[in-house]
Amino acid sequence: MKTVDHFIQVHDLVKTYADGAQLVTAVDQVNLSIDDGEFVTIMGQSGSGKSTLLSMLGALMRPTTGKVLVDSMDLYSLGKEQLADFRSEYIGFIFQSFQLIPYLTVLENVKLPMAVTILKKKTRQDMAMAVIDRVGLADKHDRLPDQLSGGEQERVAVARAIVNRPPLILADEPTGNLDSDTAAQIMALLESLNRDGHTIVVVTHNPETEAYASRNIRVKDGRVAV
Amino acid sequence: MKLYNICLGNIKRRKTRMLFLALGLIIGIGTVVTLLSITESMSRDIEERLDQFGANIVMAPRMENLSLNYGGIDVGGVNYEVRELDQASLSRIHTIENAKNLGVIAPKILGPVTIMDKTLLLMGVVFEEELALKPWWQKTGAFPGADNELLLGSAAASLLNASPGSTLVMKEQSFKVSGVLDPTGGSEDNAVIAGLAPAQKILGKQGKISLVEISAFCRGCPITELTLQIAEKFPNAKVTAMKQAVMSKMQSIELFKSFSLGVSALVITIGALLVMVTMMGSVNQRTREIGIFRAIGFRQGHVMQIILLEALLLGIFGGLAGFVLGNGVARIIIPLTLEAGRFAGINWQLGGICLLLSAALSLLASLYPAFKAASLDPNLALRAL
Repeated sequence: MKTVDHFIQVHDLVKTYADGAQLVTAVDQVNLSIDDGEFVTIMGQSGSGKSTLLSMLGALMRPTTGKVLVDSMDLYSLGKEQLADFRSEYIGFIFQSFQLIPYLTVLENVKLPMAVTILKKKTRQDMAMAVIDRVGLADKHDRLPDQLSGGEQERVAVARAIVNRPPLILADEPTGNLDSDTAAQIMALLESLNRDGHTIVVVTHNPETEAYASRNIRVKDGRVAV
Repeated sequence: MKLYNICLGNIKRRKTRMLFLALGLIIGIGTVVTLLSITESMSRDIEERLDQFGANIVMAPRMENLSLNYGGIDVGGVNYEVRELDQASLSRIHTIENAKNLGVIAPKILGPVTIMDKTLLLMGVVFEEELALKPWWQKTGAFPGADNELLLGSAAASLLNASPGSTLVMKEQSFKVSGVLDPTGGSEDNAVIAGLAPAQKILGKQGKISLVEISAFCRGCPITELTLQIAEKFPNAKVTAMKQAVMSKMQSIELFKSFSLGVSALVITIGALLVMVTMMGSVNQRTREIGIFRAIGFRQGHVMQIILLEALLLGIFGGLAGFVLGNGVARIIIPLTLEAGRFAGINWQLGGICLLLSAALSLLASLYPAFKAASLDPNLALRAL
């Protein structure tokens, strides 16, 4: 396997949208790199393009121009299904507002990313229970999401993101809907995952989360602020 | 956790929503089952009525020569010997393989008789059987109830100037005219109709039969097969199927069945469209979920599998529930709408077809919504978050 200097490399990334007759540039000529094992926050105001940038890092949105390389793979040279496989293998998403499947229990939600893997039933069960235990919800594994508090739902979202042991965790405003104590717990959880070797990229507008990161990237008007 | 667990979780914990989704199928299949059950009961009813309406098989002694007769006009010119069948042998007819399909068996003796210096056709019949075979007979007076009573055809009554209550003498034996038939346009208009035994005695043909008219219930048995079976038992008889009567029965029933199938096809088409619309609505509502599935690494094929598996399960459920509902409604409706109608019973073969049809329909109607769901751009779906 080819050795690379950086785990993630972004080259001249541009994303433009058509907003009616107007062309909006959400991400404008972004170049950045993130090393394996880093904990990075991408800070910026609402509409600065940080979530768009995260979507492109997570193989969810094709850029207008430019390249995203993860583990030396040029993501957007891949087809749709290959990108799905990439997301399954490489990325754990933590979405804003938890985004759990309402009709599945905690355990089933956490097992969800493993539904498309070839792992054995017993392995899946053990892996899911291990991460549920890690986020402190072992006694609530059979509850439905609406039977949990906001902080607990966020922890389920974290458990779901890490269950497949992805090298990269992308989090979009993970503390946006939480009180400050619960937010601190979630950030501490992400910090411990980072210590375990996961590369973590968190998009946030909360300055308090900066303290947990090894590096902060600021985005303004679609550009990385120097 | 497998893809089917997602479907099962969705169905298990969103029962009302799923029931609403399956409603189109349940109503569609239920309507078709009700319609087909009513059709089945109606066609049975019609068949039974038609079967009882006139003979469809005639058994007569085998002749060496053909009579020159058409439409009741005898042109004569050919001598032929008159043969009769043995009355005692008639019981053999009940030994044929399809004996259960035999309905009315009406034996007759025919011969000339002189009354008041006039020669008429004497027809000896078993009145009970004859009246069952010819429910269209209308009369003035009454049907004979005793051996010394007889019935006159309308033309015969005019010729003899007789009416109910008159007394006629045949071979020195007195008979009371119990009734006179209204004109039928058939051979009986010219006949003097008496009981079988007295007629045999008058004609000097005790224990003999000229002709047997048979009404067979044709459901599930081809009439030609029945005639062959009867002919086998009576080698000296000529057994003829009156195909015209059979064909008209079958045509009436087939016409009715075609109409019913046409309506069923229409209902099914509407049901399929309803399922498609509800599935499209369901997919639109689930955009958020589909976005999450795609974001965490589900392929397009996985999303399609989830939607189609749910459609299959809904189809099976809809088929079963529709079948139960349809039979229930048919059981209630048939006695209310059909005179003397009765529920034909649960048709399990139809049940199997309904199940397959419902599952196939649900899958077919969900194909486009599933494709649409699978093709959702994960990022656009996430924007709906």
